[in-house]
Amino acid sequence: MTTKAGTILYLNGVSVSFDGFRAINDLSLVLDKGEMRAIIGPNGAGKTTMMDIITGKTRPDKGEVFFDGNIDLTRHDEPGIANLGIGRKFQKPTVFESHTVEDNIRLSLKGERSVFAALFAKNSVADDRRITEILETVRLDGRRDALAANLSHGQKQWLEIGMLLAQDPKLLLVDEPVAGMTDAETAETARLLKDIAREHSVIVVEHDMHFVRELDVKVTCLHEGSVLAEGPLDHVAADQRVVEVYLGR
Amino acid sequence: MITQRVFGAGFTPRVQLALALILLGGVLVPLSNLLLAPSNPLHVPSYALALFGKYLCYALLALSLDLVWGYVGILSLGHGAFFALGGYAMGMYLMRQIGARGVYANPELPDFMVFLNWSELPWFWLGFDRFWFACLMVLLVPGLLAFVFGWFAFRSRVTGVYLSIITQAMTYALLLAFFRNDMGFGGNNGLTDFKDILGFPVQAAGTRGALFAASALALAVGVAVCAAIVGSQYGKLMIAVRDAESRTRFLGWRPENVKLFAFTVSAVMAGIAGALYVPQVGIINPGEFAPANSIEVVVWTAVGGRGTIVGPIIGALLVNSAKSWFTGALPDFWLFALGGLFVFVTLFMPKGILGLWDQWQNRTMRKKPADDPIEPSTAPLPQPAE
Ligand SMILES: Nc1ncnc2c1ncn2[C@@H]1O[C@H](COP(=O)(O)OP(=O)(O)OP(=O)(O)O)[C@@H](O)[C@H]1O
Ligand SMILES: [Mg+2]
Repeated sequence: MTTKAGTILYLNGVSVSFDGFRAINDLSLVLDKGEMRAIIGPNGAGKTTMMDIITGKTRPDKGEVFFDGNIDLTRHDEPGIANLGIGRKFQKPTVFESHTVEDNIRLSLKGERSVFAALFAKNSVADDRRITEILETVRLDGRRDALAANLSHGQKQWLEIGMLLAQDPKLLLVDEPVAGMTDAETAETARLLKDIAREHSVIVVEHDMHFVRELDVKVTCLHEGSVLAEGPLDHVAADQRVVEVYLGR
Repeated sequence: MITQRVFGAGFTPRVQLALALILLGGVLVPLSNLLLAPSNPLHVPSYALALFGKYLCYALLALSLDLVWGYVGILSLGHGAFFALGGYAMGMYLMRQIGARGVYANPELPDFMVFLNWSELPWFWLGFDRFWFACLMVLLVPGLLAFVFGWFAFRSRVTGVYLSIITQAMTYALLLAFFRNDMGFGGNNGLTDFKDILGFPVQAAGTRGALFAASALALAVGVAVCAAIVGSQYGKLMIAVRDAESRTRFLGWRPENVKLFAFTVSAVMAGIAGALYVPQVGIINPGEFAPANSIEVVVWTAVGGRGTIVGPIIGALLVNSAKSWFTGALPDFWLFALGGLFVFVTLFMPKGILGLWDQWQNRTMRKKPADDPIEPSTAPLPQPAE
């Protein structure tokens, strides 16, 4: 058994069932500090459910979930976990549609999260500069005052990644970031995520194999709620069981 | 806008105009009633003063609903309860001011207690002979009920239709409770026959004028408070919770606290509205808790345009003017008209009168709608999280 020390995320023997259906089945996964990991797996493999467990949306029936060495995530709720330093991009992009791009980032900026702090918050120059920086990183600086509702699908994905960056989390969970993107946008996103991974730990879930290849990181293949194979992409892709799972659908 | 920079983004030109009109009306209408001769075309007759004073209270009630429904997405079908509680607190003060002038001439006990053969004042009536204490209760009782109710409801993540239903159940339960004689609030007759307030006879023209002015002032303060809240960072958070509650959670915010604050502030506003309403109409009875009353408030707000601060005020004034006309001309048709109005607004004017106005303005001014940085008061987009 691996030790928790030095890991950013440590899942051990995690299981969860929905009405008797085992969505996650004795799943163990370890992510080192500063590591980026790509997670692949057929539809319904449990990738999103795994993120639900890490972020406190779903409670595991059994197993251990530790963050940053020794923080037991099963004892915290969603806002608590977010404030510990875990950010999440949803599979379906979720941004605040009736707010501007700028306000979406502003609401995500790291800082105190109480009602009274928000009531009396003043826009600081430092915040403005940080927002500009983030918008440049996610290539949305030209759309600062646009309503999020008016962004294209790909831009919404980027805005959500920008919101993640604004939170300045230690660990980013990114669920299908290139779904619905053009090839050019996909390549751009791979570059963006690799940039981000230089200073953060990242888990990326994606079906797009070109994209996963671009990321050039260790890959974990999930199937029926547990790890089927793990290693470099070529190694995983050559695994007979992985091939069967993907072709057998 | 300089004013917007000083007071915050919520003080849009429209809000400023509304504030100016409310304050101006609050001064000019009573003055015209008191000082101008009835023959003068600018004279406001006393019946109109009383009627519009009432509408101002309704407008404040609609505004309070807008804060929670328009901005945080809590469709309260029980806001009439907070209004009525504020009204009862004021009514209790007014009852105690009657003193020995009641039918039974008991200096301590209100008539209905003498009638019930009670020998002393129940503990919860103590202190209400003092105006400041009654005012404190006007704020505290609705605020506390909203806080406790919201604490449990929002923490257990009750939302949408279920939340609406339990708010309705809350006002209905209070209706039944206040109907009981042994509750000590006058049973189904409620509290009435008031004599004076702060030493001034409630029926006197001067008192009525002052109550009108006080209602206008309260409404103006309500508008200013809502504009300040909505224009703050917290106001943006309210809209974020309304449109994508679970997203805010994963950003580290606690939507239950966001809702709780708005709900409590809103209930206090509704309570103040009720407290100003009671001396002007001269009675408060359990009928004010009727679920139908709370639903009417929703209609006013929807008609004016929710999530706009100014819209619900316009809605309350218009719908109630229509109601007064209908109940005079075609009394049997009012409920049908109200129901029809609600259906019409929901289907054809989802953003209410103000929404329609904005649309028309956008069209005539040929603004580029796509990149238009709209006010924080944008009406809700139905956008479920995830
Ligand atoms: N809250 C829930 N209630 C019931 N079943 C659920 C729930 N969440 C997930 N499931 C089921 O668990 C299984 C795993 O779902 P999950 O969304 O994690 O898959 P995924 O790997 O993310 O798939 P995809 O690639 O399609 O996004 C699915 O069969 C799904 O129907
Ligand atoms: Mg998924």
